[in-house]
Amino acid sequence: MTFQMFLQQLINGVSLGSLYGLIAIGYTMVYGILRLINFAHGDVLMVGCYFAFYALLIFSLPWYASFLVAILLTALLGIAIDRGAYLPVRKAPRISALITAIGVSFLLENLALVIFGGRPKAFYRPPIFGKVIEWGDLHFLTLSLWIPAITFILIIFLLLIVYRTRTGMAMRAIARDMETVRLMGVDVNRITSITFALGSALAAAGGIMWALKFPQIDPYMGIVPGLKAFVAAVLGGIGNVIGAALGGFLLGLLEIMLVALMPSLGGYKDAFAFLILIGILLFRPIGIMGEKLPD
Amino acid sequence: MGVDFLMNKPRDRILTGLSIIGLFTFLYWAKGNASEYQIRLLNNCAIFITLAVSYNLINGICGQFSLEPNAFVAIGAYTSSLLTISPAEKQVSFIIEPLIWPLSVISLPFWLSLLAAGVVTAFLAFLMGFPVFRVRGDYLAIVTLGFGEVVRVVANNLQNITNGPLGLKGLVPHTNLWWSFGFMIFTLFFIWRLTKSSFGRAMKAIREDEVAAEAMGIRSFRYKMMAFTVSGFFEGIAGGLLAHLITTISPALFTFFLTFNLLIIIVVGGLGSITGSVISSVLFVFGSEALRAVEEPFSIGSLQIPGIPGMRMVIFAIILIIVMIFARQGIMGRGEFSWQRLMDGLRRAEGRLRNSR
Repeated sequence: MTFQMFLQQLINGVSLGSLYGLIAIGYTMVYGILRLINFAHGDVLMVGCYFAFYALLIFSLPWYASFLVAILLTALLGIAIDRGAYLPVRKAPRISALITAIGVSFLLENLALVIFGGRPKAFYRPPIFGKVIEWGDLHFLTLSLWIPAITFILIIFLLLIVYRTRTGMAMRAIARDMETVRLMGVDVNRITSITFALGSALAAAGGIMWALKFPQIDPYMGIVPGLKAFVAAVLGGIGNVIGAALGGFLLGLLEIMLVALMPSLGGYKDAFAFLILIGILLFRPIGIMGEKLPD
Repeated sequence: MGVDFLMNKPRDRILTGLSIIGLFTFLYWAKGNASEYQIRLLNNCAIFITLAVSYNLINGICGQFSLEPNAFVAIGAYTSSLLTISPAEKQVSFIIEPLIWPLSVISLPFWLSLLAAGVVTAFLAFLMGFPVFRVRGDYLAIVTLGFGEVVRVVANNLQNITNGPLGLKGLVPHTNLWWSFGFMIFTLFFIWRLTKSSFGRAMKAIREDEVAAEAMGIRSFRYKMMAFTVSGFFEGIAGGLLAHLITTISPALFTFFLTFNLLIIIVVGGLGSITGSVISSVLFVFGSEALRAVEEPFSIGSLQIPGIPGMRMVIFAIILIIVMIFARQGIMGRGEFSWQRLMDGLRRAEGRLRNSR
């Protein structure tokens, strides 16, 4: 494989990895606080895309405004899911919360199927993202440069929130010991809702960029990216935001490299992520940057 | 707790035996008189009961939250189908890549293929158990879900064994009421006895508190593996029965959707209750059909209400969420049916009727 091809695949891998990383951050934040794997996260991504689609279509807002509106609406959806479905089962055994999450995931998928219809819809790609850059033998969209850039900015923004604000401090504290934080007078439910809002907003951003990259949306589009993002979160160390981003990048790169180096195995690329998961859980369950064992 | 509610007293044994005879008499009548649609529903019912009860073994009784059924059902269905389809039919179906030898020339009788399906699935469950049971809780769920995806992707890509996305067709519809209900009775009997035995008690102990169970000397890995393998065996055979009921299988049939349906069934019925799974499966199969009405346009008086396709699954998802929030233990909780309790209930009702006069 020539150096050109390698660079081409590297660019693909980095942009795919950024998307996985963004979505993985949402998973990891919720898991850190609630010890709950939010199965519905991938479907929240899907709803974000539909919000953007309809904002463009119905309200004819310029694309940047409709994307922003979609992200805000998805954040609200995240809060609604937390309050409506996860809050009542907070005191219940973990299995109940997990089953509820699966229920919410299915509900979102089928509601989208009923409301939006099952046929894939074409997602609008603004011209600024669609220009093709040619550099020697390489061809890539400007999108492939925008995605990592925007992801980087969003991650920095999130890290600022988590490590430099009081809300972020509360989030980190709840991840260590929820009861004591309650005793300290912090409204845990409010912080949890904020966490969900942030995670869902990031998922929506990731989803919209995914839809820009693969411009077709359908009600089941969130499942596979969601699961792979979870693998990325585990790879990087569940509960750790930087780990999630790193895990995402790593997973994206590995996946693209697999397809590039062994094209005949290309059909198995979805299964590949799960094999990585099983490998991690067997040999290093903490993940790359994890500090505590997942219990 | 280890008391067997169905077989203990001679009276109970007679009653259970009579019920089974009654069931088979009903089936004999149904074979002759029920419509094909109704027979199909009954077959579906039996297969779903089998699946739900075996899924409940690993999920509800052993307490290991796993999402494996679609993988095991797929493996069982494919194994059984590949062994029964005639070589001529295989030649016709495998147009992209021919089926590997010796599968291309084998055509086994139905019962043998079912047995093979069960054994192969159980063996794969055994192999899977080693990585799977290294983790617990949420991770177990995701890993088993992942295995389901892997199985589906492999089925889609292994052109020379599974025929890829085209799937297998031309299966002989061997599955009739005798097979499906007969196997259901066997599954119920086996899993009932397993649950009431010391193995079942060990599994329940692991469910309640694994650390305490280990402290009591229960090697939890051994029993989790047992539950998983037994579940795999029965789910595999149920997969074979399902394949020979619908006569065409493809990887698209065995998605997470199937696991989700089974999950709803065992949660609503009561995790850990065999009776609950049975009741809930029946409700699910007949309820799905009844709810089909929601998806067709219907009219109330002079109002014409258009059908909403897909509404069925939305309703099921809402039911699951509501059950989890408000009635986590489901219909039966962890209790089981017993003739004694039925008698007592009847006697109480009779007493109340008599006293109110």
